[in-house]
Amino acid sequence: MRSLEELKSLKAKAEKEMALREDTGKPTIIVHMGTCGIANGAREVLNTILSELKSRNLTDIHVTQTGCPGLCHLEPLITVSEPGKKNPYIYAKVTTENVKKIILQHIINGQPVTEWLVNLEK
Amino acid sequence: MEFYRSHVLVCTGTGCTSSNSRSVISGLRKELADKGLEKEIQVIETGCFGFCNLGPIMVVYPEGVFYCRVSQDDIQEIVEEHFTKGRVVQRLLYHEPNTTVKTQEFNDIEFFKHQKRIALSNCGIINPEKIEEYIARDGYFALAKVLHEMKPEDVIEEIKKSGLRGRGGGGFPTGMKWNFAHKAQGDQKYVVCNADEGDPGAFMDRSVLEGDPHSVLEAMAIAGYAIGANQGYIYVRAEYPIAVERLRLAIEQAHKMGLLGKNIFGMGFDFDVDIRLGAGAFVCGEETALLTSIEGKRGEPRPRPPFPANSGLWGKPTIINNVETYANVTRIIRNGWEWFASMGTEKSKGTKVFALAGKIKNTGLIEVPMGTTLRTIVYDIGGGILNDKKFKAAQTGGPSGGCIPAELLDTPIDYDNLIAIGAMMGSGGLIVMDEDTCMVDIARFFLEFTQDESCGKCPPCRIGTKRMLEILTRICEGKGVPEDLENLETLAKTIKSAALCGLGQTAPNPVLSTLRYFRHEYEAHIYDKKCPAGVCKSLLSYKINEDKCRGCSLCARNCPAKAISGKVKEPFVIDPEKCIKCGACMEKCKFGAIERK
Repeated sequence: MRSLEELKSLKAKAEKEMALREDTGKPTIIVHMGTCGIANGAREVLNTILSELKSRNLTDIHVTQTGCPGLCHLEPLITVSEPGKKNPYIYAKVTTENVKKIILQHIINGQPVTEWLVNLEK
Repeated sequence: MEFYRSHVLVCTGTGCTSSNSRSVISGLRKELADKGLEKEIQVIETGCFGFCNLGPIMVVYPEGVFYCRVSQDDIQEIVEEHFTKGRVVQRLLYHEPNTTVKTQEFNDIEFFKHQKRIALSNCGIINPEKIEEYIARDGYFALAKVLHEMKPEDVIEEIKKSGLRGRGGGGFPTGMKWNFAHKAQGDQKYVVCNADEGDPGAFMDRSVLEGDPHSVLEAMAIAGYAIGANQGYIYVRAEYPIAVERLRLAIEQAHKMGLLGKNIFGMGFDFDVDIRLGAGAFVCGEETALLTSIEGKRGEPRPRPPFPANSGLWGKPTIINNVETYANVTRIIRNGWEWFASMGTEKSKGTKVFALAGKIKNTGLIEVPMGTTLRTIVYDIGGGILNDKKFKAAQTGGPSGGCIPAELLDTPIDYDNLIAIGAMMGSGGLIVMDEDTCMVDIARFFLEFTQDESCGKCPPCRIGTKRMLEILTRICEGKGVPEDLENLETLAKTIKSAALCGLGQTAPNPVLSTLRYFRHEYEAHIYDKKCPAGVCKSLLSYKINEDKCRGCSLCARNCPAKAISGKVKEPFVIDPEKCIKCGACMEKCKFGAIERK
């Protein structure tokens, strides 16, 4: 270690790897992984989300899973919950293609893709 | 860098390791690989969470789900349900005692809620075997700050103002100690870390070393800069193999990164740390004995003055601090003395780690602000007494400390209050006792320990503790005489004032404090030849209640001494001559017919 800058850059790098264990204040993407979701391709959607986040280096976005919310005919579903917001955004019939748009438009730029939302209260 | 969506932290502290967390980890890794999830879910070995009676403990991030008592048989279910389908495995969640509530996230658990973690802030969060994780949590920034922005005098002033006092037991102000060593003349000075944790039941130092070894290394380097030393020694018990291993690894990693060694941060400061293993003698936790042991000699104390700050290791100025003290130093430097001094009581600042043990529901390691009452610790954090029995006393400070009775449950715990009520902070062992504990027997137990551990150098300790133990043993055997109490007190006072080191000077404390608060128990043993708690075997007698006995012969068949006889379907009798008072019959009897008096 020759300088403070070196330590700082090391910290920044290590922090990214640990972001999962901290409250980052960023949105969380929840993939619904009930039997219905999995049968409709939720697993592929999840993998796409992960590879998309990885390629964009967005380590502070948490991705978790949950069960079936009851809207089986709209699976695969994903929920984006933002800290401080009461109502989360629920996207229906997500595909490996449109999930990329959700990440770009909603997660990165903060503009929900309204046409794919199923939330009754908008 | 791999992109993981979940981090699974499994405790690999000594507690969880002994309840098989290693096999849980290997099983989990295999199961994840079988399901093709090994690139999504990362398994991380971490340090102690403190909730040792629930081990092995597993925490799943980002949700923060807290699983306890995870066994190999649970792994398949966790992987299938939680990691594949996102459904939390309810049955493995923490179950709050006294309620039916199951708690999912670990910040909501009562045990953690009342705690304030400073020294333990990284334990159970980082992987102690990766220096990067320590750095991610601001590790080594305190050292950088000290080397770049502060003069040695500033560092000492900061520690002084924070009000930090030695966490090893004595409670001497750390800043003052550093100042003495800073002012002492000498071409070579040393920084020593006392990790010779010897109190029965205390394991906070071990947990810090196992869970956050770099915090100790960093603080030692800071201390080295403050006093002008470039060599440090950690004296750690050989009985702590995991701690020793992690320390070795931590020193190696810090060296590789140039955070120890020559010219740290290019600021011209050199510092190195070596490990010295202790053979587990209790007296080596005493500072002068510890230094003698590092020098390669027999671990015996020597008179002070001269204090180690002036003449310590090999006669050179030396500071010696406890593991927990060092763990606080880095946080004080980073957050400022005002932050640290804002916690605690007037004369005891910050927090203290306690090892909760004994007859309490939640045993484990806790950290609370100074001034927290014993009631909060026992009932809110500890969850109350096992089997809902009555609280009788809490013992702090191990063999050097004393017992705190129920009427003092609301005393705010800090250094000075504990001394005032005849106990001692000690290194932080806290043993809770219920109504079934005999206080005379407890005093005898601790005396047996100190007498055994006495190094034998000074007569007050060598002979005095032996005589005290003889008297206590006699009382427990029902052979006590009225003069015994007076003799105990005289001996205790003499040893306290005449013994050479801390071990001897504090050895009579358990006797004095139990005499102070539980004198009636001593008197019952001596005058009535009774043990009120029903512990001292010689004073007990077992009898079969003829009205309750159905003559099933179960007791007679289980008696190891063949002391019970009788005819089936008629009341049985115990022969007091043959009875060894093991209590096996009482345990076995289904009708509650056996009485102990």
